[in-house]
Formats: sequence, C-alpha cells, structure tokens
Amino acid sequence: MTDVLLKISGINKRFGGLHALSDVGLTIKQGEIYGLIGPNGAGKTTLFNVLTGLYQPDEGEFTFNGKDLFRKKPNVVVEAGIARTFQNIRLFANMSALENVMVGQHVRSVTGVFGAILRTPKARAEEAAITAKAEALLAYVGIADRAQELARNLSYGDQRRLEIARALATNPTLLALDEPAAGMNPKETDDLKKLMEKIRADGVTILLIEHDVKLMMGLCDRIAVLDYGKKIAEGVPEEVKSNPRVIEAYLGVAPE
Amino acid sequence: MDIFLQQLINGLVVGSIYALIALGYTMVYGIMQLINFAHGEIVMIGAMVTITCINLLLGMGVQMPGPVLLLVGLLMAIPVSMFLGFAIEKVAYQPLRKAPRLAPLITAIGVSIVLQQVAMLIWGRNYRPFPSILPTEVHIIGGAAITDLQIAIIVLALLLMGGLFYLIEKTKLGRAMRATSQNPEVAKLMGVNVNHIISMTFIIGSALGAVAGVMVAANYDQAHAYMGFMIGLKAFTAAVLGGIGNIGGAVLGGILLGIIESLGSGYLGDLTGGVLGSHYKDIFAFVVLIIVLVFRPSGLMGERVAERA
Repeated sequence: MTDVLLKISGINKRFGGLHALSDVGLTIKQGEIYGLIGPNGAGKTTLFNVLTGLYQPDEGEFTFNGKDLFRKKPNVVVEAGIARTFQNIRLFANMSALENVMVGQHVRSVTGVFGAILRTPKARAEEAAITAKAEALLAYVGIADRAQELARNLSYGDQRRLEIARALATNPTLLALDEPAAGMNPKETDDLKKLMEKIRADGVTILLIEHDVKLMMGLCDRIAVLDYGKKIAEGVPEEVKSNPRVIEAYLGVAPE
Repeated sequence: MDIFLQQLINGLVVGSIYALIALGYTMVYGIMQLINFAHGEIVMIGAMVTITCINLLLGMGVQMPGPVLLLVGLLMAIPVSMFLGFAIEKVAYQPLRKAPRLAPLITAIGVSIVLQQVAMLIWGRNYRPFPSILPTEVHIIGGAAITDLQIAIIVLALLLMGGLFYLIEKTKLGRAMRATSQNPEVAKLMGVNVNHIISMTFIIGSALGAVAGVMVAANYDQAHAYMGFMIGLKAFTAAVLGGIGNIGGAVLGGILLGIIESLGSGYLGDLTGGVLGSHYKDIFAFVVLIIVLVFRPSGLMGERVAERA
C-alpha cells in the first residue's frame, strides 16, 4: 500500500487568461482508491484530462509507474497503464457492447492490417482471445446479457458500466473514473460502489472524481480537494471533512 | 416488357459500378467528414492504367485470352490507384486535418483538376478506346440481352461489396474504422492509430474505385481524362441518396440510381413525345440529387446528421 504509483508536482495549466490549475501536486499509491473533489469549476476534470494526456500541461512533472508522462499523447498514457471513463459518456454508440470492449483491447493487440484481412492463424487466435476477454469483462461489470445490444440502446447505468469495462480492456494499472455515479439512483450507486471495490481488490488502483460526498467518504482511502485550480486539502476522509478550508470552499465563509 | 427488363439489366450493371465508387466517397466521409472530390479521378486513372497495360501487352505480342489480359491490367491498375489515394490524403488532406471544413473541400476540387490535367498530359486529350479483347456474344434472357462482361461486372461488384462488409463488420481493422468514424478522440484513447485508419480508408476506397474505373471503360468501350468528373458526381449523388457515411446506403443508392437513370432514359423519349431523347439521361442523377437534398438530406439510410449535431 505504500508504493507510489503516480506522482505529479507543480502542474500548471492555463487557458488564455484562466489559470485552470496552479501548482497542483499529488501522489497516488498502489492499490488505493483516491478521490478528487471540489466545487464546480474547481479544475477536477482539467486535472483528469492532464492525467490522461488529453490536455498538455504548461509546466510541472508527471511520473507514473516509473515512466515520465509529462506532455505525452493520450495513446502513450493508455499504453503506460492509465485508462479513463468520461463525465459525459463517450461510447461508440452504434457498435455493440461487446465491440466497444473489443476496441478497448486495441492498444494491447498486435495483429496488423494484413493479418486482419488475410485472417492468418495468429490473427484468428488473437481475435478469439479478444472476443473471449471482452465477454469476460462484460460479465465482470455485470452486463454479460447485453453483449449484442448497441451501446446507445443500453440503460444509463449499463452505459456507465460498459465504459468501465471498455477502460478495463486496456489492462490499466490505474483506472480514472470521472463522475461515474452522476445521475444514478441510490441502488445503482450502491452497485457501482461494490464494483469499484471489486476492481480495487483485483489490483487496479482507482482515481475517482465524484460529487456524491457520502459515496466518496465511504469509499476513498484518501481524498484531495481542489478549489479554483489549487489543491487546498489532502488526506483521509475524516481529516478532509473537518478541514476548515474545505468547509469554506463548499459552503462559503460567514461575513464578519 | 423486354424493354423494361433490358433497361433494368443495364441499370443494374451501371448501378453496381456507381455503388463501388460511392463506397469510396462514403467511407472517406464516414471517417473524416470530407467529400473527396478527387475520387472520380482515381477511378479514371484506374481505367487509363489498365488500358495502357493491355495495349503494352498486346504490343509485345503476348498471346493471352482477353479476360486474362484484362485481369493483368486490372492488377496493375489497383496498386497505382491505391498508392494515389494514399498519397493524395498524405499530401493534400492530412495537413488540413484541423482546418475549417471548407479548406479540404476546395483542396479536393483542386486535386481533382490537377489529376485531370496530369492524365491529359500522359494519355492525351482524345478518347482512348478500350482494346477489343473481350467476347462480345450476348445471352438472351426473357427477351433482354446481357453480355458476359455485364454479368461479370455485377458478380464482381457484389463480391467486392460482400468483402467490404465482412471487413468492416467482422475484422479488427473494420472495428477500428467504425470506432474512428463514431468518435476519433476516444478511438485514439483506445490505442487506435487514427492516421493509419484514415490511410487504409483511402487505400481501400481507391482499390474499389480502380476496379470500377475498369468496369466503366470496358462497359462503354472507352476512357477519357475527364471521365472521372461525371462518374464521380453520379457516384457522389448515389452516396447522398443512400445517406452519406453509410456503407449499406452507398450500395443501395448506387444500384437505385443506376436503375432510375436507366429506366428514365429508356422511357424519356416516349414520355416527352420525342422532345427529349435518351441522351438526356444525365438529368436523372441530378434531379434525384436535388430531390434528396430538399426532402431527405440525410439520405435513405442516413441518420448521422442529427447524431453529430
């Protein structure tokens, strides 16, 4: 539990005049569930995009599993072992659930174009393995019976699960989930919580953005709080909950 | 009845060719929302290279059956067109990937003009006759005539379309192509090499285009440096009719347009009391284009417009 998996420090990201992230640093340890909270517009998703390579930070350091990932492209980040889901679901809507997960394995598969066209024995074996793994992942997140359904026809909760299955298909060491419980009812949220605990138990570290404070307090090992692009607190849930700066950021401070 | 059947057969032949070309337009549009107006020229160059190859072989006194000669010519033309499609994308479109959509569109028209002129420098400004190497006997079916060539065109077109469907629906490459078409950013995140997928799309579309070009030249017994313009516009119309970006739509649109055009031109003389003859057949394609654009811009099988908005 003490090995550092991901470490960023001094991360700055500006959009024109907006200083979206200023000197943000944090470390995520192997095997933990690390939460990221903060009011709307605090820079949580921006930080997420930096950590998954969608945004290139202006300054800072970013190492993951011993590799330098500062200003690296998304596909390099995925290959290094960070997979993500999106706040607004971004599935391949017109492909089946199974195919969505199969595409997720692209980064780890080797068959080239000609192998795929000519159907060499090696390509066929890999294709069979990809299909089997995709089926297993759908079962893992609990939607095996929806495999042939088009992604856009799945229920909202199932789409969230499918996004997680697709992210897991890239064989990540760190799974980054951007508001996975948004719009879910209490039952679905509870199921999701169990799924995340199962994923962690299977050795995948989780980074989580979520608004549902109750869920976060019960699930996360450590939490960082962002406000106006700065990290204002970090620690175990109880510490964070009683931190005056966090209460101020969330509730405002009484005028004197 | 036999006129109807005859025009139906002719329409099916021409329609299969339109469909093959329309697939090239629609695949590229599906992946990168670009109308590749240079696609017609790739079709033309496929036809020209084949004719040149066959003439060279004949000139060297090679003794081979006609269909074999044709096959050799075709096998020379396909790689040329594939390379051309690949190179056009790399040189003309890739630098404009992030430019406003009008820029690559105008570039496409520019590439089309350049290729026409280059073809004219190489092959001259006259019609190039297709060498008479193919059997000309006709089969009579229910009062309508059909040649071996026409049968071969329909069969080959169907085989190629079937192969393409298989590629897109069942292989890893096809899965990556569909993923890229639906969400390039996320596809990248899944390790799909989007540049590679775009290149493959151009290469596959160009190969189909080259085959279609040879079919056109063989069917009409001639080729010309400007032939890509009209056939390209018609195939584009077919792609729009089926719903641009939709593979099945391109096939349906192509065959439908071929039949509409053929039946229309067959009966146009009778309908207008001889005022307009069958040489007005080109108007049908464009009337269809206008009707589709006015009443159903997303095409018969299209649905992507709303989805992308």
